[in-house]
Amino acid sequence: MSQAPAQADDGWSEQVYSLIKEAGISLVTTVPDAGLTRLLNLCSADENIRVVTLSTEEEGIGMAYGAWLGGTRALLCLQSSGTGNCINGLALPAFTKSPCLMLVTMRGQEGEGNPAQLPMGRAVRPVFEAMGVTCLEAVTKEDVAAFFKQGADMAFRDGRAVAVLIAQQVIGMKSFSK
Amino acid sequence: MSGAQKLKRRSVLARVLEARGDALVVSSLGTSTYDLFAVSPAAENAYFWGAMGLAVPAGLGLAIAQPARRVLVVAGDGDMMMSIGSLSVIAAQAPENLSILILDNEIFEETGAQPGLSASRADITQIALGSGFEKTMVARGEDDVAKLAGFLFAQPGPVLAVAKIGPSSDEPVFPSMDGPELVHTFRNAVLGNS
Repeated sequence: MSQAPAQADDGWSEQVYSLIKEAGISLVTTVPDAGLTRLLNLCSADENIRVVTLSTEEEGIGMAYGAWLGGTRALLCLQSSGTGNCINGLALPAFTKSPCLMLVTMRGQEGEGNPAQLPMGRAVRPVFEAMGVTCLEAVTKEDVAAFFKQGADMAFRDGRAVAVLIAQQVIGMKSFSK
Repeated sequence: MSGAQKLKRRSVLARVLEARGDALVVSSLGTSTYDLFAVSPAAENAYFWGAMGLAVPAGLGLAIAQPARRVLVVAGDGDMMMSIGSLSVIAAQAPENLSILILDNEIFEETGAQPGLSASRADITQIALGSGFEKTMVARGEDDVAKLAGFLFAQPGPVLAVAKIGPSSDEPVFPSMDGPELVHTFRNAVLGNS
């Protein structure tokens, strides 16, 4: 099974894009992932959303904090392997009780074709939860929008760090066969 | 720098911040935060107490959120080296209101003055230029310090200056360690009743 073409309707990106607008998010930071392509393209095409490519995911934690100080709502989009790059930075939203909303496409779950993805994939939830990040995992494409809305509400209303995880079975497995 | 008297960090920062006007200032953890609080305490200061390496990215987020205000990040050389990739991100975004001042003592002063990477071969202004910054300067003497405020505040950003300073000889003074209070104070000052 290979991943769907980037522009095909994946059953969740359009909904999440609408919820980004509804939540008043105007800054999207990312180290991209194949599974995020459609959503990032939708955001990039929107003149009211600024999409910023990062050198490492941790910068997105800092940018979200600075944006919040200045009255702007941000979203960090990342692959699960990048969650480990954020750990010490997550002290910032925890210490200040500031919003930190993340959308994570999972690797390293059942059916993963690259064993190097397994350790971080397995560690996302326990490590994030140890840093005070609430994890909401969507295991079907129908779950994604509902969890994203819930996560955005928790982040911006309550000043929390929240990660909406999209399970690998929703995204599709990356094929390593030639 | 052999033999030369190094710049004093608080006097450098005080001279720069005399000209801050309505600028928003972000300081990296440790001595940069203590010095900012000592020389220019203000509600429009965002003091870091942790999250080493994230002061510069936070400055970028703030500059994007507040495009009509100048944003100055005051960071140590160790903090800057930890997020050196963010210089490429800033150059790509090209925020005209973002300025960075690196207080470069070439040591990890907080932890026992172990040598930092800028004491060896790394040149932060050269890395900034290679990352896409067009305007950088290095301040080594008092003549340079006199030019710093103009460089940081009186031209479009993004700009980055490195001040080669000596170790701190001042008593540390501490802003609030209450994280939510720091955020609330800053947001109230910048956004009004939020």
